[in-house]
Amino acid sequence: MIALDHVSRRYEGFSALEDVTLTVADGEILVLIGTSGSGKSTLLQLINRLQDPSSGTVRVDGEDIAGIAPEQLRRRMGYVIQGGGLFPHWTVARNIATVPRLLGWDRARIDARVDELLDLLRLDAARLRNAYPHMLSGGQQQRVGVARALAAGPSILLMDEPFGALDPVTRAELQAEIRRIHTETGCTIVFVTHDMDEALGLATRIAVIDRGRLIQLGTPLELLTHPATDQVARFIGTTDRGLKLLAVQRVGDRVRPGETTPGDPVGGDLSLSGALSEMVTRAQDRLPVSDPAGVIHLADLIRPA
Amino acid sequence: MRRVQLPLLVIVAVALGLLPFLRHARNRLLSGQPIDTYIAFGLASPVWTLGLGLGLALLIMPLFRPTTLACWAGLFGVGLALAAAAAIGADAAAHLAAGASPAARTSLGSGAWLFAGMLLLLASDTARRLRFGLAALVPVFGPLALLLALGTLAPLSLLREYAAQHDAFHVALFQHIALVLGALGPALLIGVPLGVMAQRWASVRRVAFPALNLIQTIPSIALFGLLIGPLSWLGTMVPGVSGIGAVPAILALVLYSLLPIVRNTVEGLDGVPRATRIAARAMGMSPAQTFFQVDATLALPVLLSGLRVTAVQAVGLAAVSALIGAGGLGAIIFQGLFANALDLVILGALPVIALAVAADLVFRLLTVWSRAALGGAA
Repeated sequence: MIALDHVSRRYEGFSALEDVTLTVADGEILVLIGTSGSGKSTLLQLINRLQDPSSGTVRVDGEDIAGIAPEQLRRRMGYVIQGGGLFPHWTVARNIATVPRLLGWDRARIDARVDELLDLLRLDAARLRNAYPHMLSGGQQQRVGVARALAAGPSILLMDEPFGALDPVTRAELQAEIRRIHTETGCTIVFVTHDMDEALGLATRIAVIDRGRLIQLGTPLELLTHPATDQVARFIGTTDRGLKLLAVQRVGDRVRPGETTPGDPVGGDLSLSGALSEMVTRAQDRLPVSDPAGVIHLADLIRPA
Repeated sequence: MRRVQLPLLVIVAVALGLLPFLRHARNRLLSGQPIDTYIAFGLASPVWTLGLGLGLALLIMPLFRPTTLACWAGLFGVGLALAAAAAIGADAAAHLAAGASPAARTSLGSGAWLFAGMLLLLASDTARRLRFGLAALVPVFGPLALLLALGTLAPLSLLREYAAQHDAFHVALFQHIALVLGALGPALLIGVPLGVMAQRWASVRRVAFPALNLIQTIPSIALFGLLIGPLSWLGTMVPGVSGIGAVPAILALVLYSLLPIVRNTVEGLDGVPRATRIAARAMGMSPAQTFFQVDATLALPVLLSGLRVTAVQAVGLAAVSALIGAGGLGAIIFQGLFANALDLVILGALPVIALAVAADLVFRLLTVWSRAALGGAA
């Protein structure tokens, strides 16, 4: 668990972060969202001591991190940066091995771990293991960046606008990878972005930061239904709000159990927007659902949450 | 044929046709009588004229169809023509020496030097088309080296000067190299840390660069002169230090070398991507690990290319330092200048050029090698 307690970060004559208190539960994906210069990256960097708070405390698993040597602390956390920030003079394998080497793992263990991670990130080991970063596409570089962050099996993964520089298709692929890796490893992720769709798609909870202050902290659904301020509402956007609401809710929560209808069933974890899309594609106003079994009607979609 | 090559060939023809190929004087202090190309050729063995013709025929081959084979043939042609021209000069010199006083000197004239210069320009243009351009040194200078080794060129006044001075020459050569290395070492030890500090702190940068730029604008002779006063004064207290000799020369060379070293250190470090540096810290590298494994490694190629400039500059400046008694090849050049003995000047200047070219080459190779070792990243 990560706990920030009345944390402020001030520079000369300028306050980057002002009195922020929040906790990140084990295994959740907390997305920090805000405009550029809002202080969201500063908040992230306070967690691995790339910056230190001017006042307040940051605790990880109950321990005040001000008392932990920054290098030791950072080797326990993964960090992914925009554009990858790979070491251009090292091969993909050497890049991924960065933290294990710092931790002094033996060679065989490092090699095995590198192979495991290339596999996890769906990178072609035979072709890319000994390639240099400049030979890779932007998406591949970022996959290597994520693999490097996960190398020593950290329980906390910090991601600073990791997919900001990627095209929409690659970004969607990598977001899906993050969801999958999160499910597989169960690690806690703190994710910085300025893209509300990315936030809604990934987050367990979203923290909206504006001019150094935490202005709302809640689940995607809470943000969409009860934005705390006009600022948050503007951030969410006035267009497509209904579709965004559908996107953050699951079919399984609205299924009518016991009913049946012909056709291929959809999964209970499909989003409501996905269900709407299926109905339009199939020209049907109801869909069969498996797990939990039942049927969902078009009318169920517009019922308030 | 590329546009640059035709004028080069015209100059070759003019050099051979209109300018004196040799100069013959009763002793080395007189400027000597010009001897035209056709007369020199007449005095020499026809074998060399044939060799020259063959060389010229070969060297124009790549000008028409620049295949790899034609390029190597062309380079060998340049080497052959250079060696043959030198041998013609030597033959003619031997012929003229017969019956003249032992003090008589026959030196290569402006025609011969211009001829050689144009041929080398052609060769460098040809070598640039090849993948292993460096290997061009073998065909171009091989034949000349062979004739030098065989003693065929001994009658030329340049080699007679060498024969007369060769102990002093070798001492001067080693002194020169020692001056350059003696300056580069301390310049690196001071310059690299200074560059690192200047890259990190704007305040250091604001002081260091104007100061180093200012030093660079002081003419070398003036700087050598300026150092005499303070160092002589220091010499009254510290034994071994004096206003003239190697110490002020090395000090001045270090001062001149600092600017390119500091500048390239800063430039190299500036080239390290910000995200990479943040990632290094975020992965848990200590400041020292970040510096040595990331910053310094990535900046190395740029630093090496700065060292190349520094080394070439130091080789040239070390020649001037002979004026304050530091020795080196400059001593031979100035001895020749003051005695009006042109061949002695050339005897000192040629190895300075060769050293500069060699330094350039070594650091160029190191730069290329370091880039390759970094995976072509930098």
